[in-house]
Amino acid sequence: MNNLILQVENARAYYIVENNYIRAIDDVSLDIREGEVVGIVGESGSGKTTLTNVMLMNIKKPLSFIDGKVSLFSNGRVIELNKIPREELQKNIWGKETSIIPQSAMNALMPTKRIKDSILDVMKTHFEEIHEKEIIDKAKTRFEEIGVSKDAIFRYPFELSGGMRQRAVIAVATLLNPRFLIADEPTSALDVSTQKMVLKTIQNLREKGIVKSIAFITHDIATVRQIAETLVVMYAGKIVEISPMEEIIREPLHPYTKGLLYSVVTPEPEVKKRGVYHIPGAPPNLMYPPPGCRFHPRCKYKLDICKKDEPKLKIINNRKVACFLY
Amino acid sequence: MPILMVKNLTKIYESGMIIRRYIEAVRNVSFSIEEGEIVSLVGESGSGKTTTANIILRFLKPTSGEILVDGKDIWRDIKTFEELREYRKRVHAVFQDPFSSYNSFYPVDRVLYQALELLDKNPKSPESKSLIEEALISVGLEPKHILGKYPHQLSGGEKQRLMIARCWLIKPKLIIADEPVSMIDASTRGGIIELFEKLKEEEKTSILFITHDMGLAYYISDKILIMYLGEIVEQGSPEEIISNPKHEYTKNLIESIPTLYRRWE
Repeated sequence: MNNLILQVENARAYYIVENNYIRAIDDVSLDIREGEVVGIVGESGSGKTTLTNVMLMNIKKPLSFIDGKVSLFSNGRVIELNKIPREELQKNIWGKETSIIPQSAMNALMPTKRIKDSILDVMKTHFEEIHEKEIIDKAKTRFEEIGVSKDAIFRYPFELSGGMRQRAVIAVATLLNPRFLIADEPTSALDVSTQKMVLKTIQNLREKGIVKSIAFITHDIATVRQIAETLVVMYAGKIVEISPMEEIIREPLHPYTKGLLYSVVTPEPEVKKRGVYHIPGAPPNLMYPPPGCRFHPRCKYKLDICKKDEPKLKIINNRKVACFLY
Repeated sequence: MPILMVKNLTKIYESGMIIRRYIEAVRNVSFSIEEGEIVSLVGESGSGKTTTANIILRFLKPTSGEILVDGKDIWRDIKTFEELREYRKRVHAVFQDPFSSYNSFYPVDRVLYQALELLDKNPKSPESKSLIEEALISVGLEPKHILGKYPHQLSGGEKQRLMIARCWLIKPKLIIADEPVSMIDASTRGGIIELFEKLKEEEKTSILFITHDMGLAYYISDKILIMYLGEIVEQGSPEEIISNPKHEYTKNLIESIPTLYRRWE
């Protein structure tokens, strides 16, 4: 097994709203290894985006990191991200070690600035002294590498198409060759042919060695399935299943994964054969999550124990599932 | 005889005060739907699929062409308000956004009362009450959890189910469903799709399903029409379209759709 690159251990991150806790991430542990693309799926409100903030340790009010550990492994050193002050993260970790393609990245570029000036701004937060020409040259090379014309950096964002803007953001996010990249719903606002192109671009980042590992966050299993080797399924702030991709597609274990996977409708004969499922009910309010397994009110396989005890992730061969059925 | 026949439909939008500009949103479109058939109209935004739906629903006047429902031209033969009411009983719509179909000041019951009024029934009568309960149960809703609630108290999926409950009251011959599940969460979408299949099976309702989602069209339809830049560029059974697309646009579209059971090379 490859070396660890990022490890999240028993992390809890809650939003504090009017003296109530919203338990967005509750006792989550996850390993990301070198050379791996990990897909993280879940419905809206499952805690996916909060998990990305925890992996980066980008904790801003009302979110607060309750306990747990987030470690970054870098050249034989272990850096405990949760003990590092924000200023230092900003200066030495973000962009260099870990980076993110944010949700709706298409709109992440400042509309009144040429892309070149946005890039220079980003670099100023990392280095006290910058050599403009050197950075511009580096940016041009990176734009070419990911398939956008190098002249695009002298343009304003509105002069580029959605797909080009998305790739420009990818280029900026990876300019300093971060080892670990998070892509948060990078394709969801694009039409299908542009989606495919952006997906290929992200795949190339790893193949060309620009980044080492990628966490791909999405609600769309069919998309993440094209790129990730491992799938992590989240429900109501918890990880319910972690598995190699081919196996989970062939045989999902957790009842929630089953429901989610069988509700995907793609133009394939297998889909017609198996039919389209749905999960009754709605995800719980994370201010008052149900006792026991958080999925039990919607689960058709529930046992008595599911209402009282919380299932822990259990190892079955090379897979992990949090369910009392196993 | 087909329930719906669209013949050489064209719609040109005009804009501009001094310099007139013309946009041909729908160009020479022809197709038909038989009883109990689900036909999908697939295309990207701007392809003219919603314009086509709005013309069939009599919300928009066509520039040229004919639309026949049960052999009657809906733009020529419907003249009186009574005839239009009759038409609304035969052809019903389900829209994309389940939020904007409700008036947030009234309990959700109102959308069912309106449907009953269209049928000339007193919504408060005992007969209506049992019709409402029957319709709600048909769409998988528990009457006592729904009736008397306000729109914001229901989820998107429940609101969309309630819109389909109207179809169970009115029992139209044809439903025009414009992206009816694109705003519904993936895990509840399957339930809504089932409801359309049930209407087709039990009531022999014909459905024109308008969507940009090829997977959905493949799953639910008897026939798929591909619309591109205002024209129908290709049509066929779902299997034909997926395994042997002919038009460049369809080929490109199908190649780009991520598949669940196959990984791209």
